[in-house]
Amino acid sequence: MSEYRIQGATGEWEVVIGLEVHAQVVSKSKLFSGAATEFGAEPNAQVSLVDAAMPGMLPVPNKECIRQAVRTGMAINAPINKWSRFDRKNYFYADLPQGYQISQLYHPLVGEGEIEIGIDDKNPDNTKVIGIERIHVEQDAGKLMHDQHPTMSYVDLNRSGVALMEIVSRPDMRSPAEAGAYLRKLRTILRYVGSCDGNMEEGSMRADVNVSVRKPGDEFGTRTETKNVNSVRFVMAVVEQEARRQVDLIEDGGKVVQETRLYDPDRNETRPMRSKEDAHDYRYFPDPDLLPLELDDAFLEECRASLPELPDAKRKRYEQALGLSPYNADVLTAEAETARWFERLLSATAERQNKPEADVAKQAANWLISELFGALNKLGKELQESPISPAQGGELLALVGDGTISGSIAKQVLEKMLETGDGAVVIVEREGLKQTSDTGAIEAVIAKVLADNADKVEQYKGGKEALFGFFVGQTMKAMQGKANPGMVNELLKKALG
Amino acid sequence: MPETSNALTELGVAAIREGVAKGSFSAVEVAEAFNANVAAAQQALNAFIVPTPEKALEAAKVVDADRAAGKPLGKMAGVPIGMKDLFATRGVQTTAASHILEGFTPEYESTVSQKLWDAGAGMLGKLNLDQFAMGSSNETSYFGNVISPWRRNDGGNAALAPGGSSGGSSAAVSARLCPAATGTDTGGSIRQPAAFTGIAGIKPTYGRCSRWGIVAFASSLDQAGPMARDVRDCAIMLGAMAGFDPKDATSLDMPVPDWEAALSADLKGKKVGIPREYRMDGMDEDVAKSWEQGIAWLKDAGAEVVDISLPHTKYALPTYYIIAPAEASSNLARYDGVRYGLRDMPSGGNLQDMYAATRAAGFGAEVKRRIMIGTYVLSAGYYDAYYTQAQKVRTMISRDFTDAFTRCDVILAPTAPSAAFALGEKSADPLEMYLNDVFSVPASLAGLPAMSVPAGLGLEGLPLGLQIIGRPFDEQGVLNAGLAIEQRAQFTAKPERWW
Repeated sequence: MSEYRIQGATGEWEVVIGLEVHAQVVSKSKLFSGAATEFGAEPNAQVSLVDAAMPGMLPVPNKECIRQAVRTGMAINAPINKWSRFDRKNYFYADLPQGYQISQLYHPLVGEGEIEIGIDDKNPDNTKVIGIERIHVEQDAGKLMHDQHPTMSYVDLNRSGVALMEIVSRPDMRSPAEAGAYLRKLRTILRYVGSCDGNMEEGSMRADVNVSVRKPGDEFGTRTETKNVNSVRFVMAVVEQEARRQVDLIEDGGKVVQETRLYDPDRNETRPMRSKEDAHDYRYFPDPDLLPLELDDAFLEECRASLPELPDAKRKRYEQALGLSPYNADVLTAEAETARWFERLLSATAERQNKPEADVAKQAANWLISELFGALNKLGKELQESPISPAQGGELLALVGDGTISGSIAKQVLEKMLETGDGAVVIVEREGLKQTSDTGAIEAVIAKVLADNADKVEQYKGGKEALFGFFVGQTMKAMQGKANPGMVNELLKKALG
Repeated sequence: MPETSNALTELGVAAIREGVAKGSFSAVEVAEAFNANVAAAQQALNAFIVPTPEKALEAAKVVDADRAAGKPLGKMAGVPIGMKDLFATRGVQTTAASHILEGFTPEYESTVSQKLWDAGAGMLGKLNLDQFAMGSSNETSYFGNVISPWRRNDGGNAALAPGGSSGGSSAAVSARLCPAATGTDTGGSIRQPAAFTGIAGIKPTYGRCSRWGIVAFASSLDQAGPMARDVRDCAIMLGAMAGFDPKDATSLDMPVPDWEAALSADLKGKKVGIPREYRMDGMDEDVAKSWEQGIAWLKDAGAEVVDISLPHTKYALPTYYIIAPAEASSNLARYDGVRYGLRDMPSGGNLQDMYAATRAAGFGAEVKRRIMIGTYVLSAGYYDAYYTQAQKVRTMISRDFTDAFTRCDVILAPTAPSAAFALGEKSADPLEMYLNDVFSVPASLAGLPAMSVPAGLGLEGLPLGLQIIGRPFDEQGVLNAGLAIEQRAQFTAKPERWW
């Protein structure tokens, strides 16, 4: 990847990006109350007395939310602070029942970590490390609904009190592509860990995008923060638009103002969110309803032991132990679900053929990536919704592996499996798709093909060897693809002398 | 039978519980007698915001039925009590004596009040208090001042302060409107009103009583406790109120000792510390004398008296008046007119206008003052100079006590710098009012158990209290020293009925 530069009237500019990602913690209940957290419930159906900040209600930390944040910290190689504390961030808004958000300003749960991102699509081994400053946990706010009444706004507190992890990166990114890659990689890690579903459409993951520009080599410029951007594409667009806007502004003699902005996807532009007059003094102070959060070694050990193999380690293992190409390893590990599916397929395939996994890994990887992905794509389905199970995939691959059917017949069988839901063995039997290895039958067909194409035989013998493929094709076609391709090759060579 | 009724309302918690258990009288008779006293005094004393005679009767009937059925009776069986209107009570208006919560009827019951009902107590009503528990004279209630049943012996009829913030509780217990009442203590709100009205009251170690369901004033300081006529009654009632609550993250996860069973006025082998910094210039002569008397009583009970030093005492009051308002300014942000309570929406106004109008109308002057102070000390540029500094001093005050308790088992001091003052006497000068908490806030800042017991009457014929402060979790030591004083003080004075 070449360096990303913005061309301005006064020369080239570099963009500096940091992301603050709010990731909703996967947990059945909220950070400080027992209320449920499921997405899409009726407004105010998931609100406890605590979430509504009724008089005398008190927060009690939910251990599962803390556990998830700790595991996430461990997954980015960050130290876990065994002593952390919750602070109140005070401000008035109708979606904030307590009049303050419980967050962690002074003593966050997770310290400095890092994430490795790929910066070259063609070479997954070409990476860059993005620093992470901290992760802290905090409460989400509720939601205002402005479309329910002509003059009033309604409040939905279902999200009020839901646990969020705020993952704060260092200003280490230098292009929209890097910002996109960072966000995707972070989402991948969160999904592997299972601490956030990464569902940006449902708001489970939102990013505040900090952007500044500078002449390469200069000090950091003044940054703006564009709030609550909810897709990878939009984050990249924000970086692009905001960098351009800042360069134009500075080159026109203006100054970048440190401010919060909003992104308008319809117009593809950012605009200021609130003016200086409304600047909040959040009056942070330690929440006196809560004791400091102290974690013991046993808890941390349990968190560590529950971590799955993470994407980078998995990718390396796929390349080194299974012999997959870097590209395939990257595709298969990009999503936790894909890797899980692949590993089940791999074990089924190996078992059916009674071979070590490493011997069938390429076969399984190629089939999954080039056959099944394509077929699911046509059906508009995700891998998780695949009508074919990994075990059924293994059954099909075993038929190819032992020569019962050819690769091209396997494609037909896959289609029939998707249509009927039947297994590969049943389909091959029923449709008579077993490949012919009967020498006599193949020889008879070859004789006919050569007789019907005497002119081409002449040309072939005259030196046009490329016609060999034509004869193979004709033979396979005449045999409806069921001939053993290896034998066809061999017998044709013999027949053509 | 007025004689019987009068006799019943002279009884305390232990006597009522035992009489009901023995069948000397029924719980319903007790409830009716106190209900009658509540009704008769309501207009003159204004101790209750909402009397709930039917609740008291209902609970009494259950106790009588249980007794008849031979079921085991709880620790507070048949005892009707007053509930400070800071505790959320299901189905009964809970206001914190504020306009902003007027008409608010919770669908939940505070942990402490629920424990009391579970122990067989019944509710005579919701007691008046200083608004959001902010005050030392019960003059900040939206529902009017509570008038102390006590009067000076000068023949004048000056209306006196019952103390605050638990002024409804203190007035009601001393006037025999209830045998006991709940209080809450943030900087002295149980102890000072108890001292002003000649009753006993204990603030336990921070965390002993759950704060769940108590309208918050200053979370790191708020503690519930009992107010009753004697030390034994306090021990019984505290036993019913205390206990770990998983719904309060600051709740103490410790077993509750049987304080009543372990009561002992024998202080042999105990050391009582007398803090030299509490001897302040210009201390009320009465108060100084009663302190000296208290020292003599404890010696008489077998204790050794030692001089101790609590060097940071003089910083306690300013520290308290930074930390408590800081927490309050945040705790009271939830009263915004959006979800419950008062909403004042000026026509054509927006959200900000609604906040401003609702809070301007809903909070009283003292509450607003503390919200302003709290907001100021937490704001950018002042936070370190005020809040952070106050937290450091708070730690030093705690350390003073830790050091002192290497030399003594309990500390004896006056509860308040004077006897009850007249209503209106200090309300014009908030600072003078705040000075009333000078002896009570140090124990609050350190989270220590502390109680006030009646020591006698001063020159004006008004009660004076002595304060005992104990080690963390040592309510027993505090109660025992209190009992030793109580037995020697023989305090039997009660306000003459004028209402």
